Amino acid sequence: MAVIHEIIAHYNHWIIIFLMVSGLYIVVARGNMIKKLVGLGLFQTSVYLLYLSPGKILGGTPPILSPDYSVYSNPLPHVLILTAIVVGIATIAVGLALVVRIHEAFGTIEEDEIFAEDEDE
Amino acid sequence: MIAANLPALQVVVPLLGAVICAFLRRGAVAWAITLVVCLVMPAIASTLLAQVLTSGPISYALGGWRPPIGIEYRVDVLSAFILLLVSVIAAIMLPYAKRSIEQEIPADKHTWYYAIFLLCLCGLLGMAISGDAFNIFVFMEVSSLATYALISMGKDRRALLAAYQYLVMGTIGATFYVIGVGFLYSMTGTLNLADMASRLAGIENSRPVLAALAFLTVGISLKLALFPLHVWLPNAYAFAPSVATAFLAATATKVAVYLLLRYFFTVFGASVIFAHLPTTEVFLLLSVAAMFGASIVAVFQENVKRMLAYSSVAQIGYITLGIAIANQAGLTGGIVHLFNHALMKGALFLAIGAVVYQTGVVKISDMAGLGKRMPLMMGAFLVGGLSLIGVPGTVGFISKWYLVYGALEQDWWWLAILIVASSLISVVYIGRVVEVVWFRQASGPVKRATDPPASMLLPTLLLAAMTVYFGIDTSATAGVAGLAADWLLAGIR
Amino acid sequence: MSADTLIALALLVPALGAGLIALTGWNANVREGVTLVSAMSLFAVVLSLLCRVLDGQMPATGGFEVVQGLTLAFAVEPLGMLFACIASGLWIVNSVYSIGYMRGNKEPRQTPFYVCFAIAIASTIGIAFAANLFTLFLFYEILTLSTYPLVTHKADDDAKAGGRVYLLILLGTSMVLLLPAIIATAVIAGTLDFTFGGILAGKTSDTVIAILLAMYVFGIGKAALMPLHWWLPAAMVAPTPVSALLHAVAVVKAGVFTVLKVIVYIFGVEALSNAGNATWLVWVAGFTVIVASLVALRQDNLKRRLAYSTVSQLSYVILAAAILTPISIVGAAMHIAAHAVSKITLFFAAGSIYTAAHLTEISQLNGIGRRMPWTMVAFAIGALSMIGVPPTAGFLGKWFMLTGAMDTGQWLPIVVIIASTLLNAGYFLPIVVQAFFKAPGKDVQEHAKGEAPFPIVLALTATAIGTIGLFLYPAIPMALSKMLAGI
Repeated sequence: MAVIHEIIAHYNHWIIIFLMVSGLYIVVARGNMIKKLVGLGLFQTSVYLLYLSPGKILGGTPPILSPDYSVYSNPLPHVLILTAIVVGIATIAVGLALVVRIHEAFGTIEEDEIFAEDEDE
Repeated sequence: MIAANLPALQVVVPLLGAVICAFLRRGAVAWAITLVVCLVMPAIASTLLAQVLTSGPISYALGGWRPPIGIEYRVDVLSAFILLLVSVIAAIMLPYAKRSIEQEIPADKHTWYYAIFLLCLCGLLGMAISGDAFNIFVFMEVSSLATYALISMGKDRRALLAAYQYLVMGTIGATFYVIGVGFLYSMTGTLNLADMASRLAGIENSRPVLAALAFLTVGISLKLALFPLHVWLPNAYAFAPSVATAFLAATATKVAVYLLLRYFFTVFGASVIFAHLPTTEVFLLLSVAAMFGASIVAVFQENVKRMLAYSSVAQIGYITLGIAIANQAGLTGGIVHLFNHALMKGALFLAIGAVVYQTGVVKISDMAGLGKRMPLMMGAFLVGGLSLIGVPGTVGFISKWYLVYGALEQDWWWLAILIVASSLISVVYIGRVVEVVWFRQASGPVKRATDPPASMLLPTLLLAAMTVYFGIDTSATAGVAGLAADWLLAGIR
Repeated sequence: MSADTLIALALLVPALGAGLIALTGWNANVREGVTLVSAMSLFAVVLSLLCRVLDGQMPATGGFEVVQGLTLAFAVEPLGMLFACIASGLWIVNSVYSIGYMRGNKEPRQTPFYVCFAIAIASTIGIAFAANLFTLFLFYEILTLSTYPLVTHKADDDAKAGGRVYLLILLGTSMVLLLPAIIATAVIAGTLDFTFGGILAGKTSDTVIAILLAMYVFGIGKAALMPLHWWLPAAMVAPTPVSALLHAVAVVKAGVFTVLKVIVYIFGVEALSNAGNATWLVWVAGFTVIVASLVALRQDNLKRRLAYSTVSQLSYVILAAAILTPISIVGAAMHIAAHAVSKITLFFAAGSIYTAAHLTEISQLNGIGRRMPWTMVAFAIGALSMIGVPPTAGFLGKWFMLTGAMDTGQWLPIVVIIASTLLNAGYFLPIVVQAFFKAPGKDVQEHAKGEAPFPIVLALTATAIGTIGLFLYPAIPMALSKMLAGI
């Protein structure tokens, strides 16, 4: 019973792991370049959660200074993750721009089709 | 006032330069601005190095917020060495870039090239100078995103694919790094590297910390193209614009190695990394695999840039081997090879870039007879090649000396033989090019080729000359590397 | 002039000569003049150093530290002096010969040829005067690299193939075996300086010494110890002045010189013989002597036969060194000198035949002695010296080797020397007999119209006289060899 209780108590970590692994799986297993980027985004999101969820201190209030409270949640992870989200957006943006150009140059965004064409070169 | 803020200026100047270039229309003006920035960078870096060598590490609080809460820029011998390396290489390669870019990139994109190049430079310098784990991530992504864009500007449409592949793999690597930092943050409560080092004492063997180490190592290894995480490198180097390849080959992976050194020796400490964990075995195995595997693949390449790219993977194997040997000689060999390889590969890629500029050929078989037509460039190529082989009198020999010395001090005879045997493979792939270039008759576009104009000729020859000079007078490079190795092994920051 | 300056000059003269040759390439006569002047100046510098060494001095320079523990430094000692004398003296003769050969055969790209020659000689002097293993290794590698363009001068497919074997074996052995051996020596002994009596005595176990010796001997590929001798026959694709240079002056002598120097100054003769773990070297060297001679017997190409003869003769030197007595060390040093002068005569003759009559195979040479008397008489003198018949120089080396072997009671070297002498006779005398006493064959009748150009004949007469002269006036080489051996 205690084991199951432990597992349920760490539900945030299970979600993180699920997102991380499924994101990575999509990157590896899917040949469509946009889907790969989706997987990448999913993977990055899991990392955001990895930072954010420990930031919430049990019994802590939102981090706004007030004389009534002494335990605050940690604001630093949120700040860090804002930065990370921006980096993630930039990455996806560059990635999508590349996909647009690849589509112009190759006519397709499926990896297997491009590799088939590549071997002929 | 400027002197006190040098660490910040090292990063801010290229950033401002990038913004200015982004607003310009004419490529030549953008180049001029980039040139000014690139000349200021080595000045700042050398001042920092001189300061560190005389009075010890510099600690700079960004924005006046004191560490460990604020972001700290911390310059010690190793960081100053890397800063100097990156800025000098950028300064040498920039005059070359003007003509090379004019030929390889459409005119309306020139200003973008220089803007993105400056962003890349800013990111690399920031990675080397920052003392805050997350700040390093930010700079790492700045430089990586800029790199993806730089690579995608290559003429061949496969440059786009290469950039995309690098983007996916690089982002996974960076995200692994962030995961590692996340674990470290949750265990130590700080992001400042020096502070982290002291707070890790006592909890180094707890599972989250070990997991953090694993994620950090894999993430950084992806960036430094350690076998088998090197897959993005050959295509990226082969299809990027020539001068971008030259710059990246000389700098990007080196800064990633710096990160690895920083985490292994300063944050975690040599005793943790090498005593109980299988780090030595893993790195030995992967390094030797890189040295042999990549060299052998290089022999069979038709595209000369790809051949040099695989050669780079092999040379990175030497650097990580130095880390695995982990005594004074071995570590000095690894660190000095950062500098030496930058010189050699820089010279090699610039020479090949000149060939592309003059003739447009990249296949080795098309380069027949080039020795007579472009004697200076091929001479520079030969010097770089001899350095890859490790002929005494070139920088390549110095690195090999230290690595073999370090291996023999650990009584690893087998490793010493492996190190020199792998250099023998370089004889084959360099010899192939030498034979084609000097022993065959010219045909096609090669017939009309000559040595490139001075702006491209001089940087290449300079790097080739430095390859020989620093192979004989090593007090500056090996001396500083030795100092850095001493400090790293002692765990000092 | 101070010793420092002389040593620096000895290195600078051929190096600057190379630069000047490159600059004067537009006028062939000026260029040839530069070569000859450089050669003669170098010989003059070497002779003045010789006077000091014979007086008992040991000129040396300071060191330039490349890396901590690695210095670039020069010092003159007897063996190096001997080697430098041979190299610089024969360069003059070889340059005269080259002029005749290259012009007679209308060879292309003569300027790069002479430039690489000069650089090769400069590296040879560097090897001769190296004060420590690092300096020696540096110039050793430069020698390999500077002779590669010479070997592949013809630039056809054969030349490329020969060049590949040459480079791979020489660079392979030096990088995989010699370099680790040098670094291991640095780790064990803490220094790389050449010191009389050796630097490894007592520093490590006998097994490690035996392994190190093996790594050195096989790593010094230029000494052509079997089975790493392939590069030598492969290098015969080069023009004959290059073969003469390779076989007499620079490359092979650098090889055995280095082996001898390592045995005397790194391991120490006494230390090695006390440890008793060099016996295997006697066997390996003896094997090479005999087998190379047997292979030579079966070669029809004149240059290839001479190549295998060289492999065999080089192992004489190693054999003598492996006997590890002072007398045999004298024999080894004397044989370096004797073989140099004799072999260069033989190669000059081979090149002369090629230039004048375009003949390369021994079977084509019936009766050529009548048409090319100077060449073939010189050849005969060189052949007699290889066999070891007085009054030629080859006798001296063998005499000391046999004496040294008998002194220590080792029967194997004696057997090897006697057997190989017979074999040498077996593959050299028939050529001489054929040339003088058989009726001219079809090839000779059609192609051999007379002697080769004058510079060639001048050169080979000079070295033939030298071969006899060395026997009659051996004082200086003997003095140097005795100083080397410490007696």
